[in-house]
Amino acid sequence: MSVPTPNQRPEKLIRLAAKLRWEVGSNFHDSLMEALYANAAQIADRAVIRTGDGARFDLDRTIDRLVTSRWLGFPIMLAILTLVFWLTIEGANVPSAMLASLLIDTLHPTLKSLAAAVGMPWWLNGLLVDGMYLAMAWVVSVMLPPMAIFFPLFTLLEDFGYLPRVAFNLDGWFKRAGAHGKQALTMSMGFGCNAAAIVSTRVIDSPRERLIAIITNNFSLCNGRWPTQILVATIFIGGLAPAHFAGLVSAGAVVGVAVLGVLLSFVVSWGLSRSVLRGEASAFSLELPPYRPPRVLQTVYTSIIDRTLIVLWRAVIFAIPAGAAIWLSSNILIGGLSLAEHFINWSQPFGLLIGLNGVILLAYVIAVPANEIVIPTILMLTVLSAKLTGLGTGAGVMFELDSDAAIAGIFASGGWNLLTAVNLMLFSLVHNPCSTTIYTIWKETRSAKWTSFASLLPVGMGFLLCFLVAQVWRLVSG
Amino acid sequence: MEKQMPAGGCDVCPAHHSGNLIKLGVNMANWDFVVALAGNPNTGKSTVFNALTGLRQHTGNWPGKTVVRAEGGFAYDGHRYKLVDLPGTYSLLSTSLDEEVARDFILFGRPDVTVVVVDAARLERNLNLVLQVLEITDRAVVCLNLMDEANRQGLSVDERRLARDLGVPVVPAAARRGKGISELTRVLSDVATGRTVCRPQRIRNEPPALKKAVGKLVAQLQEEFPNVPNTRWVALRLLEGDARIVEAVCSGELGDLDRMPRQEEEVTA
Repeated sequence: MSVPTPNQRPEKLIRLAAKLRWEVGSNFHDSLMEALYANAAQIADRAVIRTGDGARFDLDRTIDRLVTSRWLGFPIMLAILTLVFWLTIEGANVPSAMLASLLIDTLHPTLKSLAAAVGMPWWLNGLLVDGMYLAMAWVVSVMLPPMAIFFPLFTLLEDFGYLPRVAFNLDGWFKRAGAHGKQALTMSMGFGCNAAAIVSTRVIDSPRERLIAIITNNFSLCNGRWPTQILVATIFIGGLAPAHFAGLVSAGAVVGVAVLGVLLSFVVSWGLSRSVLRGEASAFSLELPPYRPPRVLQTVYTSIIDRTLIVLWRAVIFAIPAGAAIWLSSNILIGGLSLAEHFINWSQPFGLLIGLNGVILLAYVIAVPANEIVIPTILMLTVLSAKLTGLGTGAGVMFELDSDAAIAGIFASGGWNLLTAVNLMLFSLVHNPCSTTIYTIWKETRSAKWTSFASLLPVGMGFLLCFLVAQVWRLVSG
Repeated sequence: MEKQMPAGGCDVCPAHHSGNLIKLGVNMANWDFVVALAGNPNTGKSTVFNALTGLRQHTGNWPGKTVVRAEGGFAYDGHRYKLVDLPGTYSLLSTSLDEEVARDFILFGRPDVTVVVVDAARLERNLNLVLQVLEITDRAVVCLNLMDEANRQGLSVDERRLARDLGVPVVPAAARRGKGISELTRVLSDVATGRTVCRPQRIRNEPPALKKAVGKLVAQLQEEFPNVPNTRWVALRLLEGDARIVEAVCSGELGDLDRMPRQEEEVTA
């Protein structure tokens, strides 16, 4: 904005204001606010007419007393979360299998033979159909059904007004950790998408508390990681329980990981506010909005349009180049071994040391752009490195599967055990944020230092956590 | 208000203007008027925004959901409007980022109309913000939202009395059900085009020492910036030592508010 001709008079105005400030006294702000409040109260009093008995308000109060109660608040919260995941896991099985059989079992061979029929060279056919198309098909069939169930459920809870109660329950904990109570809200948003949640930390005024909220947001499982958790829990943890409890046990495991994330968020906030980001927690007031009966159809519609399809689209966009990268890295040979195998063999000892394996580590490198593609990448690389036959039709092919049992078979032949599964779930919770989130952190903080800190801290913690779990596990199980 | 009945029947009858609302989504080219949406957190600003623009900004039942400004457009009665959804705030006084975004836009963005969305069931607290907005701008409309919820709680609001007391139009609405939106468009277009002139209520019962100090500053301000309409508010902010306003006075930005043709102004988020 251009500055007008040099002028001393504005300066004079400011000096006058500074002088007058002494005359009106320091409490004039308070008396001004009092005048404003009195005015508002008077006008409201004249306009509002009480007609009924206010029964609805009492119902709100009763619900609030229950869901924010000292003893029942947390159990109710866990029960609601478990119910949401149970519905997601149980409901997603059938449509997932249907999509897989359509996109992978049926459409993939058709495309393959079509490409051969038009005389496409083998490498182009492989890159396009076995790499790009299959990666995309995998993401759609693994992710779409759970998201189409989870997001509407979560949005309904949000519409109903439950999230501020969660924040209310957690507020005391955050304060004890030296963080801002509103971090409970941004953390809840992180359950949807970390990048969006990091933008939403703008509601926190203090830069110190905002940084804490940004750094710890990654411990909220985002929707790119829910499918990984749900799938691995279904196969490995659910498999331990009798069939009719399997769904509930898997849901419990997923809730367990999510709760661990919340705990880590407290612990890391506490550590940060006592070391590099020292300071007092500031107070704030949180308004508990009235419960509103959710508009079910509208919510389902908008959450599918706004969340499910947008997230899915993003995953597909990232999956296509990743599919190409997977295919290339497993088809470019150096000294008889592919690039992927070189990396897997090289990182295998370290992977095993921390209870994971080289395949998982490579998958996380490939999946930096989007967490959504971790599971498809792991499956494909496992097939490749275990040299399984009869499943794929060549190196770098994401094979055909239509059931969790078939996936379990792949894992078994890749040398997986329960420890690998547990550590994969843990590592999926505690590792670097995806590239979009890293970019968002940079945009919000404009600080290379804090961006790298927020990106590297979780990876370090993830390695440490997996290492410790692996050591204890091996000690206990002999 | 138009009194004569033009030929053409229902289409041009003021009661049937709802049909004139054209939702333009993010197409905001060549707008004639800028409309700001302000209000306390969780009063349904985003719902009103969506109802007017046809966009589907995510709405959620929790305070502080909108932290960045969302913009959209609609056309009504031959004019194109740009609608800006501001973050929800309880006041325009303190210095948190969201309150600053809201206040700066109402002051420096100079919207043609500011719609304050209020929760009919919590009128008293919501009026605090309305009164503060009316200190800054004359051209405001109060959207008395969540009327359905207030009724369920056994409350009703005499909107005519409220409009008289505030000195600006008041439109009852239940935006989640689409009620009151066509009336809101009509009323805000009346204010935008100048068919309705607001004479907002201003806080008067302040302590005498303050009144005197404000008087002195206002006199100086009016001399320096003859075209700034809300000198009283600026004077109060200067007395409080508000850094942003002090800067605007020093740089002359405050005076530019009125000299600058609005179309050239770049408002960045």
